Amino acid sequence: MRPPVSDLPLVLDAVSVVTREVALVRDLSLTIEPGAPTVLLGPNGAGKSTLIRLAMGLIAPTSGRVTWGGRAESDGRRRAMVFQRPVMLRRSAAGNVSYALRAAGVPHAARARRVAELLAQVDLAPLAGRPARRLSGGEQQRLALARALARDPEVLFLDEPTASLDPAATKAVEDILRAVAQSGVKIVMATHDLGQAHRLAGEIVFMLRGGVRECAPADRFFAAPATPEAAAFMRGDLVI
Amino acid sequence: MHDGSSALALVLGGDPALYAIVWLSLVVSVSATVFAAAFGLPLGALLALSHFPGRTAVIVVMNAFMGLPPVVVGLAVYLLLSRAGPLGSLGLLFTPRAMIIAQTLLVLPIIAALTRQTVEDFWAEYRDELTAMRIAPLARVATLLWDARFSLVTTLLAGFGRAAAEVGTVMIVGGNINGFTRVMTTTIALETSKGDLPLAIGLGLFLISLIVLVNAAAWGVRRAGEVRAG
Repeated sequence: MRPPVSDLPLVLDAVSVVTREVALVRDLSLTIEPGAPTVLLGPNGAGKSTLIRLAMGLIAPTSGRVTWGGRAESDGRRRAMVFQRPVMLRRSAAGNVSYALRAAGVPHAARARRVAELLAQVDLAPLAGRPARRLSGGEQQRLALARALARDPEVLFLDEPTASLDPAATKAVEDILRAVAQSGVKIVMATHDLGQAHRLAGEIVFMLRGGVRECAPADRFFAAPATPEAAAFMRGDLVI
Repeated sequence: MHDGSSALALVLGGDPALYAIVWLSLVVSVSATVFAAAFGLPLGALLALSHFPGRTAVIVVMNAFMGLPPVVVGLAVYLLLSRAGPLGSLGLLFTPRAMIIAQTLLVLPIIAALTRQTVEDFWAEYRDELTAMRIAPLARVATLLWDARFSLVTTLLAGFGRAAAEVGTVMIVGGNINGFTRVMTTTIALETSKGDLPLAIGLGLFLISLIVLVNAAAWGVRRAGEVRAG
């Protein structure tokens, strides 16, 4: 085992992502520290997904710099991600988790026990043998969470994880996230759902048109947003 | 119809020489499909996931090779294995092994090209997830092949169908030697030219039934697997 190195703080320094002349993210600077969940809030197209992909290391910035714990290179073994529409491997629920454990380098002998633990953690133990693609949307999202947690992440990124779920399934996911955050995992989640931001966030990063408009502790943000755009977004106005 | 029924009686009558022909046909075509799959599945998947200059040209050529004329493949293998050829010393010409080699070459482009297409479609779906899980390139190939396994059954069937149905390569490199390299298709060709139409028709019907049977079995396996694995 190598000595554990931290991916935090995660620093984006004057980062831009431009594809086909369109800037998805423009001159964005942001530091993500350990602690309570950071919620990226903003309307669709604000650049939340792009920021998450940058922070996860899935895409490289066109200009600017991303560093993890001060390093420009990081193997990302302690970063995990849950997508809005997770892709289930064509295996059982347990098979999906086992695959993720193997990818994370967990030795074979330890896997069966970890699979059971992780499935229990997301309340899917009774469905272990069910083909993952036969699960409901909410169950699939919880399985995606178990798969991400299989990496034993230091930072867990989530891109609109409940955008296509009903309230009950959303609550199940949020309950798991709360427990995960309490266990010390740093959560970075994109959402356009104000209520969800309210329920989960320790820190709000309000985004608009490819940039960070406001960054504040959640209670302060919700009590007194500093920018007119954030205030308008919270009133329910259409902010684009 | 009279010809057809008497022919079937002939085929089903239990003539051991005939069964040997059917058996050899199966052995040659199944072996060729297995060997072609062993190379073609990873090759197609690797091609689906890789980017290099000239990739499009490789794909176009591979797709074109799906329609390779069997007699030309037969001729190439014949030249390779003939006494004066580079592999002549192996003494493989006019043996079942030569037939398997030739059919493998015939089937390989089919399996590789269809696998490439299937795996590329799967990759489009899996890319984000596998990248986020930091799956290494070769493990990606294995993952995609495994997850596409039910779709790839059809690919293998296409390969087997091609091998079982062709007559050109096995005729040239096998030589249609009675009791040694004679298979169903070469027998049909021979008996037709000799004028023994009942036997030719009977074998033809039997060959078709066999291919239908193999396809039905594979389809059943595929369905059962899909129900279990989703």
